[in-house]
Amino acid sequence: MSRYFESLMVMLGREPRKPTKFTSAADTIHTLKRVEKVDWVAQKEHARAHRAQGKPWRNRRWAFLIGINLLFVVSFWLDIQILEGALTASRLLGFHMIDVNSALQVMLAHKHIIVNLIIGTGTVVLLWLLFGGRSFCSWVCPYHLVAEWAENLHLYLAEKKLVSDHTFNRGVRTVLWVVFAALAWVTGYTVFETLSPTGILSRALIYGPGLALGWVALLLAFEIFYSRRGWCRYVCPIGLTYGFVGVFSPLRIKYTLNNCFHEGDCRKVCEVPHVLEIVKKGRASDAIMDTGADCTRCGACVDVCPSGALKFDVKGLSKLV
Amino acid sequence: MNTEKPKPTHPLVNKRKLEDRRRFLRTVFLAGAAIGIPLLGLTPMARGWESRLRPPGALDEKDFLSSCIKCGQCVQVCPVLAIKLDDIDQGFGIGVPYIDSRSQACDFSCDAVQCILACPTGALTYHKPDFLGVRPGAKMAQPPVLLAKEKDPEPTLNLAERTGLAVLVRPESCLARQGKGFKGAARGTDFKGIMRFTEVDRWKPIPLKDHPFDVEVCDLCVRTCPIKGAISLDSVLGDDGKMIKSPVVHEPCVGCGVCEMVCPTEPTSIVVEARKTWGVA
Repeated sequence: MSRYFESLMVMLGREPRKPTKFTSAADTIHTLKRVEKVDWVAQKEHARAHRAQGKPWRNRRWAFLIGINLLFVVSFWLDIQILEGALTASRLLGFHMIDVNSALQVMLAHKHIIVNLIIGTGTVVLLWLLFGGRSFCSWVCPYHLVAEWAENLHLYLAEKKLVSDHTFNRGVRTVLWVVFAALAWVTGYTVFETLSPTGILSRALIYGPGLALGWVALLLAFEIFYSRRGWCRYVCPIGLTYGFVGVFSPLRIKYTLNNCFHEGDCRKVCEVPHVLEIVKKGRASDAIMDTGADCTRCGACVDVCPSGALKFDVKGLSKLV
Repeated sequence: MNTEKPKPTHPLVNKRKLEDRRRFLRTVFLAGAAIGIPLLGLTPMARGWESRLRPPGALDEKDFLSSCIKCGQCVQVCPVLAIKLDDIDQGFGIGVPYIDSRSQACDFSCDAVQCILACPTGALTYHKPDFLGVRPGAKMAQPPVLLAKEKDPEPTLNLAERTGLAVLVRPESCLARQGKGFKGAARGTDFKGIMRFTEVDRWKPIPLKDHPFDVEVCDLCVRTCPIKGAISLDSVLGDDGKMIKSPVVHEPCVGCGVCEMVCPTEPTSIVVEARKTWGVA
């Protein structure tokens, strides 16, 4: 339980703490790692030489993300009615699906909740409870995809020393989440929706482009030239909402301490590196750990890990099979 | 006088403190921007919202903006594609559906007001929740009868309130009032709007340009009106004291906008005023 609480607090903005208690299994591995130095180097070199090439998880994820968004588009354009609506609210084969954060904005602003709204929101909560909360971000959100491209450009420019990453206090996202909720309640308007690049992009894809894309371009420029993944990391309340949904999700990135060489490649590619604090030397409190609630389950770390220490996993499933 | 300089702190510590302070200021600035920029969404309200005609069954404007989830499902089910979504220049109205009657009106081709059925949040609704009041004159005296299904067992649309009201805003340009007839395509042959003519096809709307008219006294707004008893061509007293023919709007008008779409004068003589209610000046 305390581990879930810890992951929640880290998501809300607290810096990850060094663990004070270790399981005996973790203790043993940490100790052995300190002792067997020579063997260690050889193993590392071997793993690096034989590591899987390519980015299979990124490719799968992009295919899924583009597929889902295209399904919205063709459902309308070709009138095949599989997935009608936009990401804020839709019908999948007639069943209501409603984005949790959009639903929250509407409920707070309008102060009246109809049955369909509850059904649709409940379905989506259940869905992402099973499939990992912020998986929504990396596997569905169209802004995430363009932000990834912007991130690549940012990293390229940073390498050329033309830009540098400006970080913020992560707690600001929590503050903004509360403020956006309060603004909806007080003003009676869905204030956040005006700026939500997720909603804007989804609607632009389905119903055609508009001026609002200018706002998305500004956000991308902010991320390219000023702050790496700034919107997703420090602002977006949708991400935090799905983060809450995914606190107890069984779908996770599983970290196996024994396999890890503590080289930190994973943290370099991670959108939310604080969830990978556990991969630092001596920071894992157990032999097997989760990445935690703020993890978007994008699989970038799985792709880059040379030693198979990070893997997709469904909790409990391995025991059943 | 004490000229002793303050003891220099360790340069590294100083640098870290400086960076911490910069980070804090950046964060405050980011928070301010993230809150301030969306509140710019209020500006269209400050200059008075553009009075948009909303789809049938829409709640009152403020409630409509707060309850709409901006998904466009209403857009997708409309058989004549009358519904469009607003852009970011409408502030909080972004992604909210509206109808531009002049370019494509709602002609109730769907028979059942599909957009209301599609709406997941009740922003478009048959049954307004009790705690929301009804503006005087917005309530329909009777459920409006749709002429296309007048012979059906259930001939009415379940609309409780009107979305607007047709008004003859330019009587001087109205062809009927000038005693003129009309021949040809109502809006010219380039016009893209479509609508249903039950005598052509009960289930399929056709381009307005493919349904030319030939009338001795123009009564296009009357003959295309989909609602029973909403508008008629009556004899009225003209400005010069003579009796003339003129379209007259009656209480059953729901504000669908078909008359505005078909009016052959340019600019249109009759418009649907969004949110206008019956009997209220």
